[in-house]
Amino acid sequence: MTKQTLYEMLQQQGISRRGFLKYCTALTSLMALPPAMIPTVAKALESAKRPSVIWLSFQECTGCTESLTRSHSPTIEGLIFDHISLDYHHTLQAASGEAAEHAREQAMKDNYGKYLVVVDGSIPLADPGYSTIAGISNLDMLNETVAGAAAVIAVGTCAAYGGLPHADPNPTGAVSASSLIKDKPVINVPGCPPIPTVISGVLAHYLTFGSIPELDDLGRPKVFYGQSIHDRCYRRPFYDKGLFAETFDDEGAKKGWCLYRLGCKGPMTYNACATLKWNQQTSWPVESGHGCLGCSEPNFWDAGSFYQALSIPDGDYAKAAGYAVAAGVVLGAAAGYANQKIKAESAAEHTEVSVDDFSLNKKQ
Amino acid sequence: MEFFSNANDFLMWTKGSAFTIAVSIFIVGVLVRLLEILLLGRKTDYSEPRGTEWKGGLKNIISRSVVDKGTFKRAPFVIVVGYIWHIAFLVVLLFFVPHIELIKAILGLQWPGLATPLVDAFAVVAIVSMLAMLWHRMTHPVMKFLTTYEDYLVWLVTFLPLITGYIAFHRMIAPYPLALGLHILSVEILLIVFPFSKLMHAFTLFIARWYTGAMMGRKGIES
Amino acid sequence: MSKLNLEQGINALKEQIDGPTAAFFSSCVHCGLCAEACLFYTETNDPKYTPINKVEPLRRVWESEYTLFGKLKKALGLSKPVTDEMLSEWETLIYDGCTLCGRCSMVCPVGNDITGMIRKVREGLVASDHAPEGLVGASTRAVKIGSPMGVRLKALSAQIKHIEKDTGLTIPIDVEGADYMALLSSMEIINFPEYIESLAKIFKQANVTWTISSEAFEATNSGIQIGSSDIARELVQRVVDAAEKLKVKTVISPECGHAYTAIRWEGPNLIGRPYPFKVIHILELLDELQQSGRLKTAGKLAKKLTFHDPCQIVRKGGVEAQPRRLLNSVSSNFVEMSEHGNMNWCCGGGGGVSANERADELRLKVFNRKKIQLEEVNVEVMVTACANCRLVLEEGLEENNMDMPVIGLTELISEHLLEDRE
Repeated sequence: MTKQTLYEMLQQQGISRRGFLKYCTALTSLMALPPAMIPTVAKALESAKRPSVIWLSFQECTGCTESLTRSHSPTIEGLIFDHISLDYHHTLQAASGEAAEHAREQAMKDNYGKYLVVVDGSIPLADPGYSTIAGISNLDMLNETVAGAAAVIAVGTCAAYGGLPHADPNPTGAVSASSLIKDKPVINVPGCPPIPTVISGVLAHYLTFGSIPELDDLGRPKVFYGQSIHDRCYRRPFYDKGLFAETFDDEGAKKGWCLYRLGCKGPMTYNACATLKWNQQTSWPVESGHGCLGCSEPNFWDAGSFYQALSIPDGDYAKAAGYAVAAGVVLGAAAGYANQKIKAESAAEHTEVSVDDFSLNKKQ
Repeated sequence: MEFFSNANDFLMWTKGSAFTIAVSIFIVGVLVRLLEILLLGRKTDYSEPRGTEWKGGLKNIISRSVVDKGTFKRAPFVIVVGYIWHIAFLVVLLFFVPHIELIKAILGLQWPGLATPLVDAFAVVAIVSMLAMLWHRMTHPVMKFLTTYEDYLVWLVTFLPLITGYIAFHRMIAPYPLALGLHILSVEILLIVFPFSKLMHAFTLFIARWYTGAMMGRKGIES
Repeated sequence: MSKLNLEQGINALKEQIDGPTAAFFSSCVHCGLCAEACLFYTETNDPKYTPINKVEPLRRVWESEYTLFGKLKKALGLSKPVTDEMLSEWETLIYDGCTLCGRCSMVCPVGNDITGMIRKVREGLVASDHAPEGLVGASTRAVKIGSPMGVRLKALSAQIKHIEKDTGLTIPIDVEGADYMALLSSMEIINFPEYIESLAKIFKQANVTWTISSEAFEATNSGIQIGSSDIARELVQRVVDAAEKLKVKTVISPECGHAYTAIRWEGPNLIGRPYPFKVIHILELLDELQQSGRLKTAGKLAKKLTFHDPCQIVRKGGVEAQPRRLLNSVSSNFVEMSEHGNMNWCCGGGGGVSANERADELRLKVFNRKKIQLEEVNVEVMVTACANCRLVLEEGLEENNMDMPVIGLTELISEHLLEDRE
């Protein structure tokens, strides 16, 4: 089983050579590689061996797993996911408890130094009791599992940046995987959830090149996260013309105008939704009439209301302004009072000028 | 970016506590400055008025925006560039949709915005006019003579929001949260410098025009 | 030991600062436009004459005494203090290089009354003993003799006698209960007695009861020019006392610019109460008499003439339409200078500059502005309504070899009186 290559597996599943090459072409362009690379990609994938993958689910909602597994019809992306040897995924696997943990330990032992770890969810540091698996704290399991990994893929915003559990006030002390893993390459694949194509694309890249893709400052593969939603948004021409929907059911909304004023975070969000879309390229949030939430960005939960324009400040400025007005009036009145005192003093110190006082008149 | 783990945190800081701090300093400062002026007051004028103070005062607030012909001929540059700058700046400040959203959120006031490329053009005009004014300040004998370090500081803190806004709008710095954060931060610097500098003229010129106009109105002088 | 010193000077500046001053300094953006409004800059191209620069001592005191930020700067030793050396330097800017003409106050785009502030700076310069010799002398004579030019009652009486003899008219002196009390400027008594004669003729025709006070005939106020409220108050008080004593209804300010400012606008504030009488400028009165039909003129002067607006009467006094109506009634060829009325250019000798001999050279240099204006209109006659402007204009014209008579407007009117009661 482990000797089967990806191509063989696809053939078994009834995917034609033509279909496979089409996928390779799409993948090559997805990874922003020149067309000349298509044969290389195809060749690499054809001979790609099944890697062992250990999927660690911590403080998460299973949305990321859902995103990847709930495709309505089988896709090559889905099949790539099938191709990997998912040796441990406690949500999906039948085994539980010690048997499950045994599977993980076995996989680690068999593939030491070569297996991939997918982290899904954030890790609580405040009290390990917030999230444990088979009595093992998330932190311990992460450290133990990552020790023998080739690379780590942090899937979803929780694993990449802390996500929802990390949102203010962060009761569990949730942190991202990358903040804990210092000696292994970590690929962040954020999104709430991430686009399935992107997850499989990252896997495909690893399968093709045996290395991790080029990452941006936030540890995201540049090929998928290099451009903002705003830059690739089909509604962008309306932004440029100054045509904005102001409510979700006004004329502008019906005409598909820009959703900036309705709180779209597209301008600050780097993700591939606008190009890859969702649900087998059916649509994506902005196309369905809702602004981008910015879910692939760190701390997007705390970046102000989803329905407030990006330019609107977030914070207690209204309350502060109230105090400032009071302070300004009090301080200003005090300053005004002090000034009047200075003026009164200067008037009191005034010595009447007489022409005899001029030194010019004294010399004479 | 030492203090921030990423550009988003920086942006959130500029939109959050930095904004709150800047607005608070701005409000306290402006109120103190205005009260300092207004509470100084004026002495009672016992001379018999020929006209009314409020008429002259109100009229002067408007009429001072129009310069007399002779002065225009002698100093066309300052006047033309001064006008262009103020108009372009106000258009960019008040008619760029993201700015309107900000004003709406803070003050509850709202008006229609302009097409973004038009605002962009005005921003370019504002930037060029500011550079022209800087050049004029550095070369004209009177301006050179009058200029203090404060004038250059005020020029800089006014120029920064414009240039960072232009950069953010054109997404010339990546990632965008960094560009937007720098723009917001520059505005916050402007807000903080505002009450302690000649930027106060944006408020006090109305008081100044009123006082002078009132004096003229009282004497029956056409302002 | 003189009590006029730096400390008193700074104290006087502190005393002068009010809400408007604070608003003005807060509003200045250093645009430099006021320089373009000032003939001392336009004719010398020396930026130090920029009006807003002239009020720098006041600005420093305002900043360090009346602003929180300035107080902080002062506490930290970061503020620039006003020093004796500075005031000595500013003395020439303020007394030689400014006629208080008020043009900068019209041009300032933020609406600053810069001239009003320069007037305030003069208070500080007086209190710190930095007034120029010419003005100290004039003030001393005004206080001690009653006239800045040293004109005594004896001299006035002689002129009156002379006029009465020439015209057969009576010049009423100290008539209690007269409607009007006329004031005169020393210059009119000495240089232009035609003014007194004109008044007598006009008032006779218009049937106006008037008088001159033997105790306070001098209209000029050196205290206003040197910039000392204390001296100005003393001089205004004399006029007020005389008017109250004679129980006149109205005091007439003569053809003298700063006299009008002194008696009409500053006077009540100097004595701290409203007058029980009205103050009117002679041009206002003539216009009123003409409009009500009491003053009738005949014939019109055909010579091309223009009117030089005295700054204190027009730009700073609000008497702008009257001289034009009056002129058009006696002239068929009255033309305006390019910039006139509120925006007229000063003769260069107002605000005490003509009394300050030290400034003579500069004054004649800046007269160039008026020369350019006159060359543009190319007139034969100049009319004005201020004895000081008249003298300064005559001197300037002579210096520039421009042969042109300068006439007082009152005089011009009297020359055209309809002589129906001969």
